[in-house]
Amino acid sequence: MNPLATIVLLPLLAGTLLCFGLGRDNSSARRTLTALAAGSVTVAALALLLSLAPQILAGQTLIAHTDWVPSLGLSIGWRLDGLALLFALLITGIGLLIVIYAHFYLAASDPAGKFYTLLMLFMAAMLGVVMSDNIMLLVVFWELTSVSSFLLVGYWGHKEEARAGARMALAVTGGGGLVMLAGFVLLGQVAGTYELSELLTRGDIIKADPLYPLLLGLILVGCFTKSAQVPFHFWLPEAMAAPTPVSAYLHSATMVKAGVFLLARLYPALGGTDLFEAVVASFGLATVAFAAWVAIFKHDMKGLLAYSTVSHLGFITFLIGLGSPLSAVAAVFHILNHATFKAALFMSAGIIDHETGTRDLRRLGGLYRLMPWTATFAMTAAAAMAGIPLFNGFLSKEMFFHEAVESTLPWGVAVPVIATFAGIFSMAYSVRLVHATFFNGAPKDLPPDAHPHDPPIGMLAPVALLAVLCVVVGVFPAVTYGPLVQVAASALLGTAPPEYHLAIWHGFNLPLLMSAIAVAGGLALYFALQKSFGLPAYTPQRWSGKASFTCLMDSLFTFAGKLTGRLENGSLQRSLALMVLLVLVLAAAPFGAADSLPQAGSRSLLDAPPLAIVVWALLLATGAALVWTHHARFQAVVLTGVVGMVTALTFVALSAPDLALTQLSVEVVSTVLLLMGLALLPQTTPRESTSLRYGRDAALALAAGGGVAALAWLMLTRDHSSISWFFLDNTLPGGGGTNAVNVILVDFRGYDTFGEITVLGIAALGALALLDGLRVKRPTVDTAGRAWTFEQQPLLLRVAARIVLPLALVVSAYIFWRGHNLPGGGFIAGLVTAVALVLQFMALGQARAESALHGAAGRRFSRWIGSGLAIAGLTGVGAFVFGKPFLTSAHGHPTVAVLGELPLASAAVFDLGVYITVVGATLLMLSVLGAASKENHG
Amino acid sequence: MNVSMEFLVASGIGWVTACGVFLMLRGRSFPVVLGLTLIGYAVNVFIFAMGRLWTGAQPIIGNGEVVADPLPQALVLTAIVIGFATTGFVIELALRSHHESGTDQVDGKEPGA
Repeated sequence: MNPLATIVLLPLLAGTLLCFGLGRDNSSARRTLTALAAGSVTVAALALLLSLAPQILAGQTLIAHTDWVPSLGLSIGWRLDGLALLFALLITGIGLLIVIYAHFYLAASDPAGKFYTLLMLFMAAMLGVVMSDNIMLLVVFWELTSVSSFLLVGYWGHKEEARAGARMALAVTGGGGLVMLAGFVLLGQVAGTYELSELLTRGDIIKADPLYPLLLGLILVGCFTKSAQVPFHFWLPEAMAAPTPVSAYLHSATMVKAGVFLLARLYPALGGTDLFEAVVASFGLATVAFAAWVAIFKHDMKGLLAYSTVSHLGFITFLIGLGSPLSAVAAVFHILNHATFKAALFMSAGIIDHETGTRDLRRLGGLYRLMPWTATFAMTAAAAMAGIPLFNGFLSKEMFFHEAVESTLPWGVAVPVIATFAGIFSMAYSVRLVHATFFNGAPKDLPPDAHPHDPPIGMLAPVALLAVLCVVVGVFPAVTYGPLVQVAASALLGTAPPEYHLAIWHGFNLPLLMSAIAVAGGLALYFALQKSFGLPAYTPQRWSGKASFTCLMDSLFTFAGKLTGRLENGSLQRSLALMVLLVLVLAAAPFGAADSLPQAGSRSLLDAPPLAIVVWALLLATGAALVWTHHARFQAVVLTGVVGMVTALTFVALSAPDLALTQLSVEVVSTVLLLMGLALLPQTTPRESTSLRYGRDAALALAAGGGVAALAWLMLTRDHSSISWFFLDNTLPGGGGTNAVNVILVDFRGYDTFGEITVLGIAALGALALLDGLRVKRPTVDTAGRAWTFEQQPLLLRVAARIVLPLALVVSAYIFWRGHNLPGGGFIAGLVTAVALVLQFMALGQARAESALHGAAGRRFSRWIGSGLAIAGLTGVGAFVFGKPFLTSAHGHPTVAVLGELPLASAAVFDLGVYITVVGATLLMLSVLGAASKENHG
Repeated sequence: MNVSMEFLVASGIGWVTACGVFLMLRGRSFPVVLGLTLIGYAVNVFIFAMGRLWTGAQPIIGNGEVVADPLPQALVLTAIVIGFATTGFVIELALRSHHESGTDQVDGKEPGA
């Protein structure tokens, strides 16, 4: 298998299945095994990536394609270039540390299998996002990250805040993903391809298109929601209800970076325009400063870190938005740096929470003395976050300041000023984090059993590794992250960036001054805030993004509830009337939009013979009488039968003998069925509708009828082109029969027919299930005093029935046999047989007829249905023997002594299956109805 | 003016649909079943008529030069049988509902109850 696909499939299949299987039992040994499995899968994916890395670092782009739905432009395409490699290494590298950390973090009662399965799923989704070469495939993985993150945030589902946070994250990021999908469809339409490898070369076409602003806007909504940019940032702090390993992984290193990843990925196709720069850089800049300011006032360690993450994502967004090539270098460099120090900080927060039972900065303090190692590593990472020299964050922050000074944004000098303030705020919240946790007196109000000390090595090692990396990269940036940054920036820009130096010292310049102001100003701000009103006393404002989101959702729910209450009051009559009304509106809308009402077509029409006009008048009168007198139910059944007969006559007159035969025999059986049902129901319908309701229903009915009539008229007066002529040409040579209708049914569209007889069988079995065990006391007489059953079966009927049965069977056989060439076939033959058998029921009575047929109250007839379906199915499967597709038919005309030339087609066997199914289904329905109404004189 | 078959069929379909919709909107189960049956007739003829109207042109090969469109006929043939199965199912549903709720009102409770 292709190595690129393997990298994604390893966690997607091997990872999830292994963790799910091993983790079903939550014993200590199994938990270790599960973690080991997750770790090995991650290591395997990481190793595979590293084995491919030299090629990528040498400037190659690996691409692999498999067609998926080529007609829709969908393919499973994988792509590994510098940008994808950078992210994939982050995902697997940090992922490995998280797997180790989480093993020690999770409590023995937390289900480890669930955690690692979801983590693997998420890892696969993220790898899919960064390695897709098809933007539709990317969307699939993108939404999979939203879904798996929903499950991970809601891991502790017993906590209300976890459920609420998970819901909010899903609503915002999933909703953003939908908007982005719309943007992607537009993008694909404009560019003429969904493949990234081609799309990225068509930037000029895309940017020149009038749809560019729209599609850019839609895609940016997706990126901004995922990467928590203002004003969509509020979900990220709420998602902190997740277990800390999840926060460290999803909410610092990977998922929230998906948005900035996409910005970077699509930069060659979308970026570089004034619009892109103005929108993206401005949102980024606003987010950097705003979120950093808010972070200072958060009391929860993870809340502070969440806002800091929002701020740093804004930092990256700002840099990608700017047009300069060096800002691209700074952006990818900071993606790496931020992931390094923020994951370390989240894990430290998890350790502290684990050891002290709280993350509240107002209660913590003095932990440096109690857990020196944790404190050292956390302070290292915090220094990187604040942008102190010698730590990696300093380097990218310098570049950030440099780009802010150089920016050509229309906001002028405000840009570097805001950037400097953002630097001051980040310094201030970093200082608060360190000071309030590790110094500032002693911890307050800790749980009595809390004895904070450094955690086991498994929890500390990942933090230590990342903290060391912060320093090493901070001192030797060019030899550590340098090569990766170079290829990633090239992939982002589409070309290699100009010469630059990742180094600590660039001489005395404006960015250095800004850094100095930020450090000094941040320290001053923190202590000034502490002194003047005391940060711990600060209570959050009532208005916030979260509150407005909750308010919006609540009002949506209220509105939906009210709307539902208005529309649906429990009355089916009313719902049905509304549905009819809606159909009318939808059907009428195109006519209303047209310039003029459509006119009748020019097809030459058939003259109606006088008989046809008489039958038509009969139909109108019957319909009117039926509506008028439907309260008398028996009469209504008879009138309905008349309408059915007119239908059959219509088929006769209009060259459809097969339909006429079918309709006639169905009419008999369904009238019997209706009468049997009626025997067990009230005999009259009460007059209870108000005249208002009658008027409303009549108006709806007339509008519906008028609409259907108009539609039929417009169609009938126009000529048509049809695919049927193909069937007519091929009926004889291809199907071996001359009756085109039957050949279509059993041969050309045999698959459809197979489906339809299955539906028939299911409907009959459904009826059996419905009436199973039902016994209804049947009245002996109807309202007019007529007996429902014969006292004794009349002799004439019994005799007639006895004579009719063999005759009917012969006729059925004949109709069946000739069906391939003349009107007839399995359906009609089946119905004729059923009618003859129904006559036996009437003449002999339910009990005797059933015992003669071994019906067992209908149950046995289900076997008939089964055999019929089996015969039809096996005929279809038989085609496989001859290497042909399902239901391919064969035919020939062998000459047999005495009988002469016989038209034979395998389709006839299929038709036999149809025949048996139809007989079985019809009898089953009648029989269960009969069995339900066993005479009960008690 | 000569009346055309097309007019008769179109208006007939419309009338049966109207009667069917009216009955379907009633509050008791039995008229609803009849209404569905009527709508079934109308829909079947409508689909059948989409192949346009032909007289003396049965879709049998060798029957003459002009034959009717066989495809809508094949579609409608199975539709008639399935329509019958549906009628059977619905009447038995109405029966069960009447048995369990003691009323044949479609909502399963007497009006005003």
